[in-house]
Amino acid sequence: MQEAMISKAKALLADGTVTRVIGWKRGEFVYDVTPAVFESAQELDEGFVYDDFTAANVSKYLIKESRKEGKILCFLKPCDTYSFNQLIKEHRIIRENVYIVGIPSDGKLDAEKIKSKGITGILSAQRDGDTVKVETLYGIETLPLADAMLEKCLSCKSKKHVIYDELIGEDGEVIDSDRFDMVEKLENMTAEERFEFWRSELSKCIRCNACRNVCPACSCEKCVFDNPQSGVENKAPADSFEENMFHIIRAFHVAGRCTDCGECSRVCPQNIPLHLLNRKFIKDINSLYGEYQAGEDTTSRSPLTNYDTEDCEPKIVHERGVE
Amino acid sequence: MQVNDNKDFQPTIVAFCCNWCSYAGADLSGTNRLNYPTNVKIIRVPCSCRVNPMFILRAFQRGADGVIICGCHPGDCHYTSGNYYARRRMTLLFSMLDYLGIERDRTRVEWVSAAEGQKFAKTMNEFTEAVRKLGPNRRLEDLRCRKQ
Repeated sequence: MQEAMISKAKALLADGTVTRVIGWKRGEFVYDVTPAVFESAQELDEGFVYDDFTAANVSKYLIKESRKEGKILCFLKPCDTYSFNQLIKEHRIIRENVYIVGIPSDGKLDAEKIKSKGITGILSAQRDGDTVKVETLYGIETLPLADAMLEKCLSCKSKKHVIYDELIGEDGEVIDSDRFDMVEKLENMTAEERFEFWRSELSKCIRCNACRNVCPACSCEKCVFDNPQSGVENKAPADSFEENMFHIIRAFHVAGRCTDCGECSRVCPQNIPLHLLNRKFIKDINSLYGEYQAGEDTTSRSPLTNYDTEDCEPKIVHERGVE
Repeated sequence: MQVNDNKDFQPTIVAFCCNWCSYAGADLSGTNRLNYPTNVKIIRVPCSCRVNPMFILRAFQRGADGVIICGCHPGDCHYTSGNYYARRRMTLLFSMLDYLGIERDRTRVEWVSAAEGQKFAKTMNEFTEAVRKLGPNRRLEDLRCRKQ
């Protein structure tokens, strides 16, 4: 795959279709693959990486990159195309300045998950059917694919590219996923249990703001949480309010625009399942205001900038579910 | 759900009232000499859709035990459609608070017109009683803001 992408990028650079390529380069460790911009064939040969650890969604970078001179080439996985489309809808990306090559994705690996199995010193990982062979400093370890895959990929919602100029490989289909299962499980707990669950998760938060910074929907120039007057701009040592406030508001600000790309949970250094907050909003919107998938198209109105005179009353929250 | 046994507990209630309806409704209940609890602190907003979810969390942070939002009846918004947007937002926010395990009776939305002084007083009496039963807000409080 990597070779096909490099040769595609070189061809497009050579014929002048694009002047830059946004892809990924290796970080300090083999699993630290970070987005990077390449400007020549030589740079591509030296640094371009695309492997099973390349999970980063580059859509958000295109907000700035598409405003620079010249066209930029980007490689988007199916889930990334939803974020891209949503940003087009919000007039954040200049479409004419981006050339999109859609690439298929059959799920990415999660280094944190592999490490949590006690496997350290990872040198490389090879997928082989339902297992993953991890080469480490201390020898070769084999583990089931489900134990090494990113949570977001295990409940993938779509293999279909919603926007592209060109595709490498075949386009897939929208998948009927089980992504709301955990939300439902939580909803069926008592309020006490839910509170305990979220306290144990959110209290791990160190307010590094990584979830906000990586989120393609969080693209405000100025964020409410950067305001030093807000009282919640950073972590207080002995209080729970910040975390509650930050995570409720963060999820609320992207409600109706979140495409469920799962980046928030992927980057969280404390492994908080943040996507469960976003999915709750998506599930509520789907059940109360009709099925809606953000980023699916660029024309429909988002549920929170729209209304119906027959909408349910807020009381519905008091009437349904477990107390 | 815990029930507060402390009969002396006096909750702090924050009521966001739309300038064009419930704020006038509160006024009417006053001129009609109807009783509603002094626990209710009214904050006037130009429209129920002015209420940012952060206002509500901020109220809880600063010591509110219950928050109620009062707006015009659907269809009667002074700005045509503000309360329809507020309705969607508040439904989703309350659902999220419930999901996080915050007691669901601490929040409410009620539509009160300028002519409904009686309804205003009744709503506030009921809501204050419901929150009083729940006891002080502990799950969404900010320790730094707790009264000494």
